[in-house]
Amino acid sequence: MPDIPLSWYLIVASALFCIGLFGALSRRNAIGILMGIEVMLNAVNINLVAFWRYITPQALTGQVFVIVSITVAAAEAAVGLALILAIFRSRDTVNIEDVHLMKW
Amino acid sequence: MSITQVAFILISAITLGSALAMVTSRTVFVAALWMVAAFVGVAALYILLEAGFLAAIQLLIYAGGIAVLILFAIMLTPRVMQPMEGLSRFNDQWMFVAAVSAFLFAGLWALAIRTDWPVNLQRVTGDNIFLLGRGFMTQYLLPFEVTSILLLVALVGAIVIARD
Amino acid sequence: MFQLLWLIPALPLLSFFAIVLFANPNKRLSSNIAIGAIGLSWLISWAVVFRVVTTPHFELVDLPLAWMPAGDKILHLGVMVDPFTAIMLFMVPFVCTMIFVYSQGYMQGDPRYSRFFAYVSLFTAGMLGLVVADNLLLAFISWEVMGLCSYLLIGFWFEKPSAMNAAKKAFMTTRIGDVLLFLGMAYLYGQTGTLTFKDIFRPEVMEKLAQTTVSLGPLGTQPVAVIIALLIFGGAVGKSAQFPLHVWLPDAMEGPTPVSALIHAATMVAAGVYVVARTLPIFAAVEGSSALVAVGFIGAFTAFAAATIAIAQDDIKRVLAYSTISQLGYMMMALGIGGFVAGVFHLITHAFFKALLFLGSGSVIHSVEHGHHAAAEANGEHPGEHEEHFDANDMMNMGGLRTKMPATFWTYIIGTLALAGVAPLSGFWSKDEILAEAFGQFMHKGVASLPFFVWLMGTLGAVLTAFYMGRQIGLVFWGKPRTAAAEHTHESPASMTAPLIALAAFTLVLGFMNVPENFPLIGNGWLHHFIGEVFAAAHLEFEAVPFNFLVGGLSTLLALLGLGAGWALYKDHPAGAPDPLARPLGPIWRVLRNKYYVDEFYSATVVRGTIAFASLCYKFDDSWVIDPIVDWAGKGTAIFATANRLFDTHVIDGTVNFIGIFTHRWGDITRRIQTGRVQNYLVVAMASALALFGVFLMR
Repeated sequence: MPDIPLSWYLIVASALFCIGLFGALSRRNAIGILMGIEVMLNAVNINLVAFWRYITPQALTGQVFVIVSITVAAAEAAVGLALILAIFRSRDTVNIEDVHLMKW
Repeated sequence: MSITQVAFILISAITLGSALAMVTSRTVFVAALWMVAAFVGVAALYILLEAGFLAAIQLLIYAGGIAVLILFAIMLTPRVMQPMEGLSRFNDQWMFVAAVSAFLFAGLWALAIRTDWPVNLQRVTGDNIFLLGRGFMTQYLLPFEVTSILLLVALVGAIVIARD
Repeated sequence: MFQLLWLIPALPLLSFFAIVLFANPNKRLSSNIAIGAIGLSWLISWAVVFRVVTTPHFELVDLPLAWMPAGDKILHLGVMVDPFTAIMLFMVPFVCTMIFVYSQGYMQGDPRYSRFFAYVSLFTAGMLGLVVADNLLLAFISWEVMGLCSYLLIGFWFEKPSAMNAAKKAFMTTRIGDVLLFLGMAYLYGQTGTLTFKDIFRPEVMEKLAQTTVSLGPLGTQPVAVIIALLIFGGAVGKSAQFPLHVWLPDAMEGPTPVSALIHAATMVAAGVYVVARTLPIFAAVEGSSALVAVGFIGAFTAFAAATIAIAQDDIKRVLAYSTISQLGYMMMALGIGGFVAGVFHLITHAFFKALLFLGSGSVIHSVEHGHHAAAEANGEHPGEHEEHFDANDMMNMGGLRTKMPATFWTYIIGTLALAGVAPLSGFWSKDEILAEAFGQFMHKGVASLPFFVWLMGTLGAVLTAFYMGRQIGLVFWGKPRTAAAEHTHESPASMTAPLIALAAFTLVLGFMNVPENFPLIGNGWLHHFIGEVFAAAHLEFEAVPFNFLVGGLSTLLALLGLGAGWALYKDHPAGAPDPLARPLGPIWRVLRNKYYVDEFYSATVVRGTIAFASLCYKFDDSWVIDPIVDWAGKGTAIFATANRLFDTHVIDGTVNFIGIFTHRWGDITRRIQTGRVQNYLVVAMASALALFGVFLMR
């Protein structure tokens, strides 16, 4: 572990984040978007753990953040899926482009 | 190049490859499977970072809970699983998004390399899980409780929203 | 115990609201609420008085209540009790209770019975609030409440034009005084920043008031204390009916008799004296203060002049009204020569015996009125057919009531003797103390001084007082009935005579609370010890006046002479005959009978002047200046408005329409940006963030 520089982790995390971002912003399928968001959250968690390990290994804050973040992600996945199901029931589609009630 | 560095590169390649496959696969079912692979990769990264407990949580919640949740949602609503006829898996703006993502990645890379991180390579002393557990019952009690309430609210909210 | 102080004024106030809001239709309930409330107040008051009297060296209990915090200035509305307040609390609630009980009988059958009890409750609340107030502000509020209630009560029978006019007169006349009092209060607040008595009376504040001077142009430079004191005294002159603002009080007799008793004995007129006594340190802040001289002079003059008017009046209540003015003059002159204890003593005793006399006269009038109806029926006439005017207040219509109304008669005699100052009734001790104080001072300062004037006026007034009271009892109770109405009178009901007896008992014994210490056997000077040090904080202390056998003996002798003369002259006065004094006094009699023509003087000057000025204003307004200006302004405005309208329709509307159309078109173009797709929005947000990030990296 000591022979891996911190920046490697950061680069991997940012790559994962950008992939997730691409997924979230470009997929038509609502569940695909949700999965993209989950991946983005994971990228952030990698950052948090890496910073904890390399910069403040004596403090617990980094790990606590990750655990809270994972919990939030779980909650977000549950609610997000519920929303998608509700939309699917009422509009018979998971294509997010058909859902544009915010227009005008 | 040490053995850990090789391991890191391998794990990162698997993780990023799975993630890329996830965002590009045609059907959401396949995408979900790739997502599980990416989550496992992340868990492996946690182990490299000596955060064993987090790796376990990652496997349990992401690769286990959330992935199963998404797979269930997909499989219980058959039409979701199928690719939409006559439509691309991406929307019209995907090339622009790809460009934005690429530039963002480049920027973040530059930032990660240019910044002089105040690295402190002390060894982690004591039992990590024990410290974390005690922290949650003492110093981080409030975040812990707030998170619990958030979970409860999300649970109730998800049920209410998803119900007919 | 002292926490209950708030309740003393609050209970009658609550009863006012209870009657007005809920109990109005039920007469019996209304009067019971009112009597219950004042009765409770009375009990609490006497409990407080008992505590104060039994505590050695009692100084002050103050319960402040922040009312209007404005920055760091806080106006307090507190209540307090000190010995002076205590002695007032001894008198006011008791007399009020007696009057309430009496009213229950007297007002029987009045269509506005409930309303009467509501008003008198509010009135009493005002007086009690004034007494317990620990600051001038609450005192002034209570004072104005009383002013309002006196208006309502004097005009209680407002279908009588005379009552209506009397009410207006009382209100307007006292208003002059109220404005002066308010000015004094505002000036005092400006100078000291406080209206709380105990803060004002701190030595350094008094020192400041005495040292600060203000220039009054031709009147020279005066200390602030004198100006403030004179303004406060102006208020007291109005309220306590001193010359020249006394004119409202005799007319106030138009109200129901219990109201007269309430106003002339325990409450409103006492308020003026009370406020002057309460703020006496301000009056006395400067050595030889001209404010005190003014108080003494006006008091002495009023005491004498009102007594001379009283001997020429035929209306039983009017005689008592002028007598009240005269007695208030005694109190004022006592305060004016620094006889604080004497003045307060007289205030207390006078409250009891004047309430007694008024209630007694009410009893007489009540029964004469009933006798009038009885006589009419005995003659076979039906009530209502009896058109000829009959004045039940006129003493010339009475006579010989001694045997028909024994309870009223005996209590009235006690009141008369007390008022005339016959030893050893209460009036003797208090009036004698005033005269002894004046006598002692004038012996010290010589003949050319205020005390001599006070003593002379007081002694002459005492003779006249005895004379008009002798005349009154002679006319009312002795001789033969002069009319059929007097023939048919009967004793009043117990609810009316019981208060008379209670008040008479106090009139008999109350004087003994302040017999001078050098008097043999019964000398105690208690009141002096009790309230003499109220203003110790302001370095104002009062020495006890020793009993002067010359003064006391002289005044008793003169009182007996006056009483005897009045009684002998009028007891067999035949019906319809002219007054026996009319011929020997000639024109003086006419002047006295017409009350020195003060009313006529006021209507010739103030009233007519006001009317003339008003009609001048009317002319100015209607035909000379204001109306033409207004007309011209109207026409000009119409022309301007037309021009405006054209400008509006063409220029303004055009602009507005253009803006509207432009906005519409522009909106049509820009709405296309709003796709409603969340991914679309997010990528824009992301790209923007990226641009910022790029700028950050390039730096």
